[in-house]
Amino acid sequence: MIELRRVNKWFGGRQVLKDVSLTVARGERVVVCGPSGAGKSTMIRCINRLEEHQQGEIFVDGIELTGDVKQIEAIRREVGMVFQHFNLFPHLTVLDNLTLAPIWVRRMPRREAEDLAMLYLERVRIPEQAGKYPSQLSGGEQQRVAIARALCMKPQIMLFDEPTSALDPEMIKEVLDVMVELAQSGMTMICVTHEMGFAREVADLMVFMDQGEVIETAPPDRFFTAPRNERTRLFLGRILRQ
Amino acid sequence: MKAGAARALRWTRVNLFSTPLNAALTLFIAYLAVRLLPGTVGWAVLRASLTAADDRACAASGGACWAFILDWSRFILFGRFPYAQQWRPAIVLVIFAALLLASFSRLLPGRWLALAWAGGLGAVALLMWGGVLGMPYVDTALWNGLPLTLILAAGGLGISFPLALLLALGRRSSLPAVRTLSIVYIEGARGVPFIAWLFLMLVLLPLFLPPGVAIAKLWRAEIAFALFIAAYLAEVVRGGLQAIPRGQYEAADALGLGYLHKTALVILPQALAVTIPAQVNTFIGAFKDTALISIVGLFDLLQDTNTALNDPAWRMAYVEGYVFVGAVYFVFCYSMSLYSRRLERRLGRERR
Repeated sequence: MIELRRVNKWFGGRQVLKDVSLTVARGERVVVCGPSGAGKSTMIRCINRLEEHQQGEIFVDGIELTGDVKQIEAIRREVGMVFQHFNLFPHLTVLDNLTLAPIWVRRMPRREAEDLAMLYLERVRIPEQAGKYPSQLSGGEQQRVAIARALCMKPQIMLFDEPTSALDPEMIKEVLDVMVELAQSGMTMICVTHEMGFAREVADLMVFMDQGEVIETAPPDRFFTAPRNERTRLFLGRILRQ
Repeated sequence: MKAGAARALRWTRVNLFSTPLNAALTLFIAYLAVRLLPGTVGWAVLRASLTAADDRACAASGGACWAFILDWSRFILFGRFPYAQQWRPAIVLVIFAALLLASFSRLLPGRWLALAWAGGLGAVALLMWGGVLGMPYVDTALWNGLPLTLILAAGGLGISFPLALLLALGRRSSLPAVRTLSIVYIEGARGVPFIAWLFLMLVLLPLFLPPGVAIAKLWRAEIAFALFIAAYLAEVVRGGLQAIPRGQYEAADALGLGYLHKTALVILPQALAVTIPAQVNTFIGAFKDTALISIVGLFDLLQDTNTALNDPAWRMAYVEGYVFVGAVYFVFCYSMSLYSRRLERRLGRERR
């Protein structure tokens, strides 16, 4: 479904991705963790070309990501993304946020797009907020709207870029609950997150990154109980004590 | 009654005399009002004359000479438009007033409002030109006065707005050629006085046209006006574009929106909303700049008034003439300002 082969990327002179390789099968849930600055966000942002990689190959759903704009747009239609800071469109109502892309990108009739939007708003449990503007919602609600917005494009793959990092603690659970449900529905997911409880519950594969490299890849039971790499052990020791 | 008086007293204390500075300002303004108001009201209303035969008769009563405005009203408003046909520009004024009211009241939904403007401007063109439906043809050189001012303003703003959007987007384009062209245009248009462009346009434009094709002076001035405002407006819009966080672009990208959809549906609506005050500032300035076209021999509202003041009977009535013109400009500029404030409030409600 997604394949990264020896991907390298530099910001100026600084290398932020070093020979990153990763394969994600259909329906697989991957959780990426690691200290800040490890290149986790950069990696998943390369998958829908919000960042450009300079070396290596990335295939999404069989299509190679190149500079070709049409191909990039084709891939973006199949890849949903949820951001740390929600990035809802503040000038549109919740409903319009959800229907925008289906109507204009998928050319879906408005009525159909609205029905779809309401369906997903119910799945994230806030159908009553459809007519409000994003600024009238709490952070947790905004993030759930953002998840629903991505789902309305019926993506094959969902990318989550630290979806709970900007939330107050009491709102994290409502967002994670939605993500767990999504994982259980069989969605292919890559999540950058520090929520290790969530990772244990849903991940098929744990990826630990540090300084632009993939240090360790393992199923969660082995990853949490018997990490092989010293840096993984150190990181887990720090993060799990909290 | 007593409660009412107490409340009034309380209001006065809280609002007018809350601090020593506030009290001093209140007293100062009261003093100014006492000194200036009686004279102004006396001149403009009490001693004013609506019927005097000439400026000497007005001078005798010592008040404003509104009789001049009444006497010359048709010329000030419509200029040299054929006298018997002046009902046509009169209807044009009514159409403009109706369009502005329709826009302000928001009775019509956006799509219908756009249609109303298109239809209204079409009717304006028809009425002014004539040549059909038994209306004699009237050359654009005879389109004078307030209709001319409004046509210049509406046309200028209507043409400059889309152009400004393109220029603003062009200046931020990743394509070097587009960016350079936009920068050269904007800086070139802004860096030269409007009057210079006006003269250049009148002289230069015919040189670029194939022989035998002539564009009326009015349209040459209109084009110069629109091209000039577009540069200012483009910079205003660019300021708005820069205020949009990167996350908005990324969210639109991630949803698979192409450049056009992203720009038209996500970025521009936000950029335009945050720059409303600056846009209206530019529009108001531009509206008043229409008065400059009298320099190239077009007779707008102000120039018609100047012409009317050449009447030997009313030579001394220039204050009244200019007060009247000023009032007309003020009505239009202030309604633009009111409209923008309402728009800001409405959009502000949506945002926060």
